[in-house]
Amino acid sequence: MDNREVLVDIKNLRTFFYTEDGVVPAVDGIDLTIHRGEVVGLVGESGCGKSVTALSIIRLIPNPPGKIIGGEIFFHGEDLLKKNEEDMRVIRGDKISMIFQEPMTSLNPVYTIGDQISEAITLHQKIDAAEAKKRTIEMIRLVGIPEPERRFSQYPHEMSGGMRQRVMIAMALSSNPDLLISDEATTALDVTIQAQILDLMRGLQKKLGMAILIITHNLAVVAEMAETIAIAYAGKIVENASAKEIFKSPRHPYTYGLLQSIPKFTEKKTNEPLPAIEGMVPSPYHMPKGCRFNPRCPFATEKCREEEPEILELTPGHLVRCFHPIES
Amino acid sequence: MTEKAIEAKKKGQKKSSEDYTYIGMVFHRLTRHKLAMAGVFMLIFIVLFVFVGPLIWRLDPNAQIEGLEGLFNPASRAHPMGTDDYGRDVLARMFFGGRISLFIGFASAISSTLLGAIVGLVAGYYGGWADNILMRFTDAMLSIPTFPLLIALASVFGKGVWQIILVIVVFGWMVDARLVRGLVLSLKEQEYVEAARAIGASANRIMWRHLFPNTLAVLIVSTTIGIGGNIIYEASISFLGFGVQAPFASWGNMLQNAQQFIWNSPRLIIYPGLAIFMTVLGFNFFGDGLRDAIDPKLKL
Repeated sequence: MDNREVLVDIKNLRTFFYTEDGVVPAVDGIDLTIHRGEVVGLVGESGCGKSVTALSIIRLIPNPPGKIIGGEIFFHGEDLLKKNEEDMRVIRGDKISMIFQEPMTSLNPVYTIGDQISEAITLHQKIDAAEAKKRTIEMIRLVGIPEPERRFSQYPHEMSGGMRQRVMIAMALSSNPDLLISDEATTALDVTIQAQILDLMRGLQKKLGMAILIITHNLAVVAEMAETIAIAYAGKIVENASAKEIFKSPRHPYTYGLLQSIPKFTEKKTNEPLPAIEGMVPSPYHMPKGCRFNPRCPFATEKCREEEPEILELTPGHLVRCFHPIES
Repeated sequence: MTEKAIEAKKKGQKKSSEDYTYIGMVFHRLTRHKLAMAGVFMLIFIVLFVFVGPLIWRLDPNAQIEGLEGLFNPASRAHPMGTDDYGRDVLARMFFGGRISLFIGFASAISSTLLGAIVGLVAGYYGGWADNILMRFTDAMLSIPTFPLLIALASVFGKGVWQIILVIVVFGWMVDARLVRGLVLSLKEQEYVEAARAIGASANRIMWRHLFPNTLAVLIVSTTIGIGGNIIYEASISFLGFGVQAPFASWGNMLQNAQQFIWNSPRLIIYPGLAIFMTVLGFNFFGDGLRDAIDPKLKL
């Protein structure tokens, strides 16, 4: 698996937000590698920095108040953080595409969906209008929307949320990107539509071979889609391994806690309450000293409260940021 | 089937509001808005009067009847609105004066809205210091007393139709700029703007292709109401003698001309006054109705 070419290599990315109330280290040293054609899941609670990581990759951090203050993001071996806005615009939508959480508002209400997909195509490819229309209809068909010719001239308000998300996917994939970032793309959809969209994404991934970075708080989504999973907590990656490893033998107490808190319907009925991770996500203004998870960690020791653990490769391909990893 | 069900089915065959396109829906609502329809009829009447009238009533608005008998004639077959102090046909002057007044109203309203939209878009989209500079400039423009400056400008640039339009535009864009800026501030946070950025659209493209069309509905209303206001503006400028110059007629300078004869020939004031009143009222009614019609949250 690791002999594939490295597509994206994020090294020690740090993106801070400078607000009136203080500095928020939304992303504080995230490392992540995505290989060509790989599906990577980035999982974490709200505010752990997963969306900020995605926006940092395509350099759309709202500035002010946000600022990428350190690190490197290599894409095809070139550091995206060193590129100027012009160069980034050429990459966005062409080499790296993104789909967002809210399909209801991600399309411009005054243009037909055909217009909007065509725009994404003509922004990056020098083709005439007729050719663009042909390609647009092809894309609409590819994402499984029936009657593409009729849909071409429909407005967003004439479509359901699931259909709109398909349109967003068509837009994102119209230039055949190397990397697709899906930022909570299925969160706003109901469960059946969610499954359809995930199916579609997986099918298209097999067909077109792009890499996908799936950002979600839903472990079920990554379980279904991802080959590799990175668990983020309070702006840092705490565990990174293959999906199999993560679900079979989580080593970080946070990952372990997350998996424990999923209800299991296969086990015998017990009267035990569902285990939950104690406490709350730390306030971004007051990050705890030492390991950021220590106030909530059942295994925390004096060392965890004083020093911050480094991320270490415990077994090949399994990285954990913990002084006392759970034995597998 | 019960009678009620049949009734319901009949109703179902009628178009529900879901079946309309946006434009269709706006049109449908507009036709049900009584005041707006009153406005439309007034405007249709004015437009027919001004543009079709001269085709039927072919008299030169600047031709003078020789001799004292030609002056201040009351209404007659030869001159339905009589003649003025130079012996010119008032009806013909009403036609041509109306054309000029309407032209000035339209041209200045559209131009000032566009100028305001540009300023508002740039200020709202970029924010920060660009916003600060542009909006403080807007505030400054709003605090300038227009009329004294107008008179000063008229003496610099000369008097005429284009000068009036220029002056109205220069002093008329600020409200639109504020309107558009406010809209853009909320529109730019919409996800489709972020999505547009994510497909690699440039700032210019986002402003003009994605944001501007979303402000159009509001701008059309503002332009419509602006036309009425600008016709009054033109009349006021002309009334002060800095507007359209003789021998060309505008409703405003007809009023100005007539003020000396208000006791002898009140009709010279009544006709252009009434025309201005009707046009402005028509545009205001229509604009109000349009505002109600384009608001999707308002169920009529």
